[in-house]
Amino acid sequence: MTRSPYFQSCALFACALLAAYFLKNPYYVGVLVFLGINVIITIGLSLLMGYAGQISLGQAGFFGIGAYTTGILTVKAHLPLYASFPAAILLTVGVAFVVGIPTLRLKGHYLAMATLGLGEIVHIVFNEFIRLTGGPSGFGNIPPVRFFGFELDTDFKYFVFVWAVAAFILFFSLNIINSRIGRALKAVHKDERTAATIGINTSRLKLVIFVLGAGYASIAGFLYAHYVTFLSPGSFGLGFSVLLVTMVAVGGMDSIWGALIGTAVLTILPEYLRFFKDYDILIYGGILMAIMLLRPEGLYSIKIRIKRRAEA
Amino acid sequence: MNLAVQLFQLALSGITIGSIYAMVAIGFNIIYNSTGILNFAQGEFVMLGGMLCVFLHNSLKLPLLPSGVLSVAAVSVIGLLFERLAIHPLRNPSVITLIIITIAASILIKGAAMFIWGKETFVLPSFSGDEPLRLSGATLLPQTLWILGFLALVVTLLTLFFRLTMVGKAMKACSYNRTAAQIVGINVSGMVLLSFTLSALIGGVAGVIVTPMTLVSYDRGSLLGLKGFGTAVCGGLGDMGGAVAAGLIIGLLESFTAGLLSSGYKDAVALVILVMILYFRPAGIFQKRDERRLVGS
Repeated sequence: MTRSPYFQSCALFACALLAAYFLKNPYYVGVLVFLGINVIITIGLSLLMGYAGQISLGQAGFFGIGAYTTGILTVKAHLPLYASFPAAILLTVGVAFVVGIPTLRLKGHYLAMATLGLGEIVHIVFNEFIRLTGGPSGFGNIPPVRFFGFELDTDFKYFVFVWAVAAFILFFSLNIINSRIGRALKAVHKDERTAATIGINTSRLKLVIFVLGAGYASIAGFLYAHYVTFLSPGSFGLGFSVLLVTMVAVGGMDSIWGALIGTAVLTILPEYLRFFKDYDILIYGGILMAIMLLRPEGLYSIKIRIKRRAEA
Repeated sequence: MNLAVQLFQLALSGITIGSIYAMVAIGFNIIYNSTGILNFAQGEFVMLGGMLCVFLHNSLKLPLLPSGVLSVAAVSVIGLLFERLAIHPLRNPSVITLIIITIAASILIKGAAMFIWGKETFVLPSFSGDEPLRLSGATLLPQTLWILGFLALVVTLLTLFFRLTMVGKAMKACSYNRTAAQIVGINVSGMVLLSFTLSALIGGVAGVIVTPMTLVSYDRGSLLGLKGFGTAVCGGLGDMGGAVAAGLIIGLLESFTAGLLSSGYKDAVALVILVMILYFRPAGIFQKRDERRLVGS
């Protein structure tokens, strides 16, 4: 990866535009909007898993807090988007900060279970705070995105908007990886104790990345809420958290590009598995198991291997 | 119904739920003890036990006892295959890889169950009738006694197994130090295989005995697994007696929350306890042992 972050994020944006240009069908453009939203979350998760070496099985919870905050503020309090957007991010980041301090002291399986428990608690709150969230049936009529008198009223306009945000997030994240923080993260991932000995504040660093990932998820939640204009707890459960983690793992945890590939594969694959109706879950589980057994480093490692062979 | 009777009734149902959680927690503990792995597919073993028993009894018309025994045996074989096919081939897996493998296994098992039996909810007749027993105003289903009895039996047999038999002691040795166990000639890989089989067996037993009470469908495993894990952590991972005590505590709290506050928050109770215990007493509420295993490296 010698190319500049600027070049890489522009390339991502260009690829998405090309894809949308060739897929004129609005349904597929809709799929690409969801892909962009998922990409924003998994870039954050990839920083956490691949670079900081931590796992979060509660990412759907942060995604949900972002979506519900902006939804409730715009529908029930009639606030404008430029107020609900920062509110959604601030609330999510605040929650992530508060729960992150005790959670990130845990390791491995315990961290996984604790984040999973937190995500489920958020999910139960969405179901039970009926006056605010509408309970299991959810609530609708969330206004579309509009700024400077320009409304994102078609799928294509929204698509361009989402991917511009995704490209910016990629740019920002690649810059973090190439910075002092990124190098410190790599040291923590290699060996936490050694990293601590050379003066890296490992717990603060992990917390920063955890909170950053939650912030990305809340941005994705904002984009999701104003695209589908309807929210119900079903979209923010354990299933989605697990799906996000597997996207990163299937693509390859060692690189952000791995996360992008994994997200693309697992977002688009179900569209083809529709053919199998309800049995897609079986095939999906099988693919996941096969990749973890045969290519535990993820799909992206295949590309690295080919490149190495070409260089040799 | 006056308050005292109502509380007694809630306590009875809490004890019943708690025994189920304890059973799932024991399954977690066995694998954790010999491998340090937390098996995210543990809840699916319970679901499979129930589903297979329903299939054998209702579709193949086998009597209840052989259906139960056969389904427990089948679940054990599935646990054995799971270890040989998915866990054993991994060389030096990272924790994240192990987590995802067991999650993949749980998705696969769930998907297979849906593929074979569909999405319906199934019932199994109670072992000894549905005539409720009356206990000073409160009612008790006979199935509850079966659940308590099996829990007591499993705990006793496992305690004897780990204390008195050579194989049980060897399994315990693996949990203390794998390398040292290998040096003294213990077949560590065999012990890991055995732990997965045994844990699947206990999951299968739990599935068979709770199904008459809780019914079963393909997606019942996940939440049960999560709560069983909460119970295992609460009692101190690897501790059988702790699992039973913690199961009863969580079951009672859950039952009182559902009865006195709101049934919607029932599921949150176990999760909040789980998270709080992980934060403040990661070695479980009963003891402070080797905490480094949890928070250190």
